[in-house]
Amino acid sequence: MEDHGSPALRRLMDALPGVVLETHAHVGDATAVVERERIGDVLEFLRDDPELEFDMLTDLCAVDRLPRVPRFEVVYHLYSVPINQRVRIKARVPEDDPVIGSVVALYASADWMEREVFDLYGIRFRGHPDLRRILLYDEFEGHPLRKDYPKERRQPLVGPRN
Amino acid sequence: MTDPHFGSAPLVSDDDFERDLHTEHQILNMGPSHPATHGTVKFLIELDGETIVNLDIQVGYLHRGFEKECESGTWYQAIPYTDRLNYNSAVLANVGYCMAVEKLLSIETPERCRWLRVLAAELSRIADHLTRCGAACLELQAMTPFLYGIEARELTWDLLEALCGARVTSNYIRIGGVKHDMPADFPAACVEYIRKTRELLKDFDDVVTSNRIFVDRLKGTGVIDRETCIRYAVTGPILRSAGVPLDLRKSEPYLVYDEIDFDIPIGAVGDNYDRYLVCVEEMHQSLRIVEQCLARLEKQGPGPVNVLDPRVRWPAKGRVFNRMEELIQQFKSVTEGPRVPEGEGYFAIESANGELGFYLVADGSAVPVKVRCRPPSFINLAPMSGMLKGALLADLIPTFDFINMIGGECDR
Repeated sequence: MEDHGSPALRRLMDALPGVVLETHAHVGDATAVVERERIGDVLEFLRDDPELEFDMLTDLCAVDRLPRVPRFEVVYHLYSVPINQRVRIKARVPEDDPVIGSVVALYASADWMEREVFDLYGIRFRGHPDLRRILLYDEFEGHPLRKDYPKERRQPLVGPRN
Repeated sequence: MTDPHFGSAPLVSDDDFERDLHTEHQILNMGPSHPATHGTVKFLIELDGETIVNLDIQVGYLHRGFEKECESGTWYQAIPYTDRLNYNSAVLANVGYCMAVEKLLSIETPERCRWLRVLAAELSRIADHLTRCGAACLELQAMTPFLYGIEARELTWDLLEALCGARVTSNYIRIGGVKHDMPADFPAACVEYIRKTRELLKDFDDVVTSNRIFVDRLKGTGVIDRETCIRYAVTGPILRSAGVPLDLRKSEPYLVYDEIDFDIPIGAVGDNYDRYLVCVEEMHQSLRIVEQCLARLEKQGPGPVNVLDPRVRWPAKGRVFNRMEELIQQFKSVTEGPRVPEGEGYFAIESANGELGFYLVADGSAVPVKVRCRPPSFINLAPMSGMLKGALLADLIPTFDFINMIGGECDR
């Protein structure tokens, strides 16, 4: 598979063969789509590899690709302070089993961001120490950033409902 | 000390102060609307006497579906929403979003536009830091420096109004350019602004920087080390106060920052006082950048401030009224908006709070699939409960002030 000139993708594919499903570097962002079950291994390798040291999980979010199958993508943006490089790792998550391993043990920043993805997309993170809603309130029904959640739907916590 | 009722034994001996008295833990609800915080957030604090044992930070009170709204309009219609992320520095969010879209479209903006963007962005950064430092003083019960800071912020916003047409929600940046060039009387107003702001910063410095109460409240409180910052992906002045000279304007220069002479201040211990000093120095550096931008723009003379790309630019009004093709193009631009080729891109700028990134996913249509804002306020707030465990309740106020969580950006 093509590494698009990114040392991170090259080393990742050499170290963990078969884990990377696709790569691309659209508009210059090195990206790898990896096996959902191996996300923890991938991030651990990228963090601990002495030549890469991706020590910062800058961003973690999800994308709803309805009607594509599998429906969701969980997207990790990593940044390495020592080598000043970025890499994007994605894992695809199906609608009927919206679960992926938590990376809180690897990156503390994943704590709140995984809670946010759980809150807004309903993707559960296996092993997260405290997976509860963060932006919305507990009584909220559904996950508003899913494409099939109507934008106009109102769910006030107090006062009349719709 | 003798007391007529208790004989000559002292009421409270020194031993009593030394003894670690056991108290029952108490749960304190602070917020979501509290006079000593500038931000809508609720703290659930478990206290042992005055010591914080546990802290749960509950955000989301200003969640208004930023991403959902952006994903239901055109690429252009998201720009006013970015204004409302951080009310102090709307231009910075405008720049971040527009540059992310430009990255997806592979557009190179004209040079004059890039200088204008840096000028407006740095003015925004000054307004943001002034609010942070001024409001921190207010919440530590120092009214005078707050008024100095807010006066300087008013001057900044007046200048932004002269440039953009609006004080707070400036909506100045466009995909592929800026709304318009600077007005003819702007350079003179800007020079006057820089002079006045430097004076106000001097006044601010005189009453605050070596003020005994201010220093005592800030020094050694809210300490965070560089490893914790990196584990939590904390960026901006908080990371720099911990001694890491990471600034996207230097590490991944965008716009024209590589042609500008400015320094990155860093702290030594990573406490609130270091954060204060870093912010004040960043304001001075931003004023330097503004001066350089102004000199460059004046030297350059008038020129195009928008790309000539029909995908994102509307045709000139005179042509719309007189020619068929331009009329059709204008109609399509307004009703459909620009189409962005299929793909994804992440672009981040150094905002006043740290790395403000936009991750955009396009499917080739005129409506974004995903507009993810990487909010520095949200991510910088996450380590706060760890920073305050074992600290006094009173330390929460300055720590929260210098994290500078902005509700609109944190909750989106």
